[in-house]
Amino acid sequence: MSWLSKRFHSRTLRTAFRALRRNIMRSALTTLGIIIGVAAVIAMMEIGNGSSKAIQKSIASMGADNMVVLPGTAASGGVSFGGGSATTLTPNDGEAILKECPAVRAVAPVTRARTQVVYGNKNWVPLFIYGTSPSFLDVRDWTELAEGDSFTEQDVRNASKVCLLGQTLVRELFQGASPIGQEVRVKNVAFKVVGVLSSKGANMMGMDQDDILLAPWTTIKRRVSGSTLANVNQSAATASSSGSTTAVNTLSDIYPGQSALYPIPSDIQVADTPLPVRFENIDQILVAAQTPQEIPVAIRQMTQLLHERHRIKAGDPDDFNIRDMTEMTRAMSSTTSLMTNLLLCVALISLVVGGVGIMNIMLVSVTERTREIGLRMAVGARARDILRQFLAEAIVLCLAGGALGILFGRGSSIIVRTVLHWPTELSLGAIIASVMVSVSVGVVFGYYPAWKASRLDPIEALRYE
Amino acid sequence: MELIKLRDLYKTYHLGEIDVPVLKGVSLTVGQGEMVALMGASGSGKTTLMNILGCLDRPSSGDYWLDGEETSGLSSDQLARLRNQKIGFVFQNFNLLARTTALENVMMPLTYAPVGIPDREARDRCVALLHRVGLSERSDHEPSQLSGGQQQRVAIARALVNHPPLLFADEPTGNLDSHTSEEILQMFEQLNADEGITIILVTHDAGVANHAQRVIHIRDGMIEAGSPAADAPRTPTAGRESPHTNAPPKETLS
Repeated sequence: MSWLSKRFHSRTLRTAFRALRRNIMRSALTTLGIIIGVAAVIAMMEIGNGSSKAIQKSIASMGADNMVVLPGTAASGGVSFGGGSATTLTPNDGEAILKECPAVRAVAPVTRARTQVVYGNKNWVPLFIYGTSPSFLDVRDWTELAEGDSFTEQDVRNASKVCLLGQTLVRELFQGASPIGQEVRVKNVAFKVVGVLSSKGANMMGMDQDDILLAPWTTIKRRVSGSTLANVNQSAATASSSGSTTAVNTLSDIYPGQSALYPIPSDIQVADTPLPVRFENIDQILVAAQTPQEIPVAIRQMTQLLHERHRIKAGDPDDFNIRDMTEMTRAMSSTTSLMTNLLLCVALISLVVGGVGIMNIMLVSVTERTREIGLRMAVGARARDILRQFLAEAIVLCLAGGALGILFGRGSSIIVRTVLHWPTELSLGAIIASVMVSVSVGVVFGYYPAWKASRLDPIEALRYE
Repeated sequence: MELIKLRDLYKTYHLGEIDVPVLKGVSLTVGQGEMVALMGASGSGKTTLMNILGCLDRPSSGDYWLDGEETSGLSSDQLARLRNQKIGFVFQNFNLLARTTALENVMMPLTYAPVGIPDREARDRCVALLHRVGLSERSDHEPSQLSGGQQQRVAIARALVNHPPLLFADEPTGNLDSHTSEEILQMFEQLNADEGITIILVTHDAGVANHAQRVIHIRDGMIEAGSPAADAPRTPTAGRESPHTNAPPKETLS
C-alpha cells in the first residue's frame, strides 16, 4: 500500500513538473514572487543579524559584559565602614577567577589612588589613577591605543614605573605634545609614559573616562598609595588624598625614606615584635564575561569560587560583592528584541506578498487551463486528483522559489558585505524558517486555486474557450 | 449483449425560475460491438444525451446501465473511475495538451488509472498504440508540429489507452478536411471491426453517420427513429464536405 502511494506521489510530482515545464515563463514569473520574498527575508535577516551583533558589540564595548568584584564591608563595634572596606580581595583571587570560571573572558585587578600628577610646570588631579594589569584594556575593550604601547606583565611583576595616560590628562599636561617617553610625577614618583589611550568619552554617569592614568598595580600599590592602611580603601584614600595633595610639593617628602620618623628598630626588637604578615589586597577586580548573556553564569561561578577561596561557610555573610551593569544589559536586550521583531515584520510582509503573487498566478493558470482540467476530468481524473495536481504545482514552485531565494539572499548579503562593508551574519534559522514558510505559503495560497479547479464541471470546462 | 441501456431518461436544466426540459424520456439500447451514429440538429438534446452517456453528467430521472452497471446512483469519484476504465473520448477539437509530446499525451489517462501500471509497461503500451494509429515516427512531436489528422489520431490513441469497451466520438471530423475525415472514420470502422469496440459517433453530418451501422436521430429530446445496422449504406459518398472543413484544425489546449 505504501509502495502504491509512494509511486502515486512520485507520479503526481512528475505530472506537476511536466505541467510547469510546459509553461516555463509563467512558472518562472510565479516563482519570482517567492524568490524575492525568501531572498528578502534571508538578506534582511543576515544584514539585520549583523547589525544587531555590531550594536551589541558596541554596547558591550561600553562595558555591558563587565562585572566588578568589590571587597565586602568591614565593621568594628557595630560601625560599618561601607562597601569595599574589607581587605580580603587579593590579586590571586583575580587569577583564580580567570583560571577556573569558564564564563569569564578576562580579569584585571585594580587598586585606586587619587592624587596629583605633575609634568613640568603643569599639574592635574585625574579622576582615576588605576593600578592594574595589561588585561585591563582587554576587559574594558580599550586595546586600541592612540600612541605607544601598553605596559606588560613583566612591568607588573617588577613594579616598573611606567604608565598609560588618558586623552584628557595628555591634553592638560602636555598641550598637544607627544608624551611618549616623558616622565610624569605621581606623588613624587616618576612614571615614564609608554602609551596614550584612545579617547573613550564620558561613561553613563557622565564621568570623563579619558581622565585616567593607568600603571602596573604593583607600582601604584607599593610606591603611590604606600603601605599605610589609610590607603587601602576608597574612602580612606580619598580622605588622605586631600592631605597628600597639599603635601606633594613640601620638601620634606622629596627624598622618601631618608628621614626616619622613628628610630630604626634593632634586630632583636624586630624579632620580638613581628609585623603581622599582610597579603596584598586590592580595591576591586574587573571581570569581563565571555558574552553579556553569560553574566549570570559568570557571577554564579565567581561566587562559588570566592566562597571556597575565602573559606566562607554556608550562611555566613560574604566578604565580597559582585556587581554587573544591569542598566546596560537591559538596554542591550531591549535593543536586540526590537531588532528581532522589526526583522520578523519585514520578513512576514515580504513572504505574504510573495504568496499573494503565487495565488494570483495560480488563479490565472486555473482559468487558462480550464479545458485541460475538463479533459483530465473526462479521462477519469477525480476532483481530488485535480486538487492534488495544482497543489503539487504550487508547492514545487514554492520549493524551487525557496531554493533560488536562498541563493539570491545569501548572494545579496555577501554583496552587501563586500561592497558596502556592512556587517552580515549567516543565519541558519532564517534559511530553515523561510523554506518552511515558503512551502506553507505554497499550500495555503495554492489551495484556493486548486480547490477552484477541482470544483469545475467537466462539461463546462471542456467547452470553455 | 447490451453495453448501454437507457430507460425513460429525463434531463431538465434549471435556469433560474424556468425549467428547461432537454431530454424527454429517452430509451435506448446499444449492443456490444455496435457502431452507432447519434444525429440531431443543434438544440435537439444530442450533446446532453452524449454527456449523460459519457458519464460526464447525470440524468434528472431514469436509469442508465453501462456494461451492466447502474450509474445514476454513483458518486462523482465513481463516475470518474468509470470514465477512466470504460469510456474513451475523441473530441472535435482534439483537446491535446500543448507543448507535450504525442507519447505523453497518450500516457496521460494512465495517470488516473486506479491500478497503477509500471512505467515501462505503460510506455510500451502507448508506443504500440501510436504505432497502431500510424504515428510511431512522431511520438516525440508536440501537437503544434502535427497536422489535424495526426492530432486526431493521437487523440484516438489516448482514448484507447485504458482498453475501454466504449468509444465516444463527438464530431470527430468537424475540424478536418474531407480526405482526412475519411481516414479517421476508416480507423474507427477498423477499430470496431478488429477489436469489437463499441463506437458512438455524435454528428450532424449525414455523410459521417453513413459509416455507422445504425443511426439514432434525436429531435426535441426524443428519439425519432433507429435504423438497424446491416443495410446501412457504407460506401463513401461525394457530398461529404462538412461546413467546418475550411477551418484549419490547430486547436490545442494551452
